[in-house]
Amino acid sequence: MDMLADVASWALIAVGTFFLLTGAIGILRLPDVFTRMHAAGMTDTMGAGLVLAGLCFQVEAGLVTVRLVLVILFLWFTSPVATHALARAVLHDRDLAGSASGPDGRNGGTSSKP
Amino acid sequence: MSRIAGLWIVLYSLWALLSGHFDPLFLTFGAGTCTAAVYVTARMGIVDAQSMPVHLAGRALGYLPWLAWEILKSNVRVARVILAPKLRINPQIVHFRASQRSDLGRFIYANSITLTPGTLTTGIVGDDFEVHALDVAHVDGSENNEMNRRVTALEGEAG
Amino acid sequence: MLFVGATAGLLVAMALVMCRALLGPTAYDRVLALNNFGTKTVLLIALLGFLAGRPDFLDLSLIYALINFIGTIAVLKYFEQGRLGAEPRALPPEPPERGSEHEGGP
Repeated sequence: MDMLADVASWALIAVGTFFLLTGAIGILRLPDVFTRMHAAGMTDTMGAGLVLAGLCFQVEAGLVTVRLVLVILFLWFTSPVATHALARAVLHDRDLAGSASGPDGRNGGTSSKP
Repeated sequence: MSRIAGLWIVLYSLWALLSGHFDPLFLTFGAGTCTAAVYVTARMGIVDAQSMPVHLAGRALGYLPWLAWEILKSNVRVARVILAPKLRINPQIVHFRASQRSDLGRFIYANSITLTPGTLTTGIVGDDFEVHALDVAHVDGSENNEMNRRVTALEGEAG
Repeated sequence: MLFVGATAGLLVAMALVMCRALLGPTAYDRVLALNNFGTKTVLLIALLGFLAGRPDFLDLSLIYALINFIGTIAVLKYFEQGRLGAEPRALPPEPPERGSEHEGGP
């Protein structure tokens, strides 16, 4: 059982680190802000989630596990909100810059309020 | 009432679990603090279906594992796009029509879209979702794509 | 060994993201990179805690996750509106027919 938990932990942390590195490469490699946001979302969801889940298997179930789960939850709840705020700010900026219709034909109306 | 009780339970578990002290004095202080905080919050009138969606708790247990699996799949897809020697992307903004009836349902749908890498919600007007996609070919823009159906089912009849 | 490897990978990823923050053509690229750098810092603190055998560090990473989020939102709000405070009061007073609605406390 202990052995199994150790193997699971190794696998999770290794895959998580792989996603972290891939996300960082994506942030460097992709051409513009929006596409970079996809790469950033990758580190926020899978990279962080898998590494922290792997750490969960390193300790006895207890208060430390609760904290790890809380960190994962906070990251997963805040990451889309921050990404959306960033996307909205970029679109707002482009609208202000005077391009009434952006490069992809969208026309104003960046309100996020339903 | 169940929302206020739910808020109290959430706050109290946070208090107990993050402090790590379980002696009676600390637990009493925690109960007092949580009661005061819940009282103030309830008096502000912000304990409603949007801030404490306890009515979704049961169905969310079925939705979250599916969402996690979906996030894993799209992560692998985006990782393959990024690591490919030649960058093959086709970024574009697409429009979705969402079938959720409540703001909370739309909020959950929008955040689920953003959480799966490769798609990202940039704006919502009414039931029209403006979604930026890393590669349009990966997106099912029809109204009855699986995520939309699942979030609408999660939202339930209460709407 | 496991933690050392993960920490090394994480540090490389942080260096790459920092490159983007320094290069970033627009201010938004920099904000994106810094937000991402913050997320990685959360993980770094957690990993260092395990590396040092002191999982208490997780409290710090919990707080850092929240501060990182609030900081990003604050910077973006400043970009979008040019200020950080609440909406300034409209200069002309409310018309009397709408002013009768409850204002202030309950």
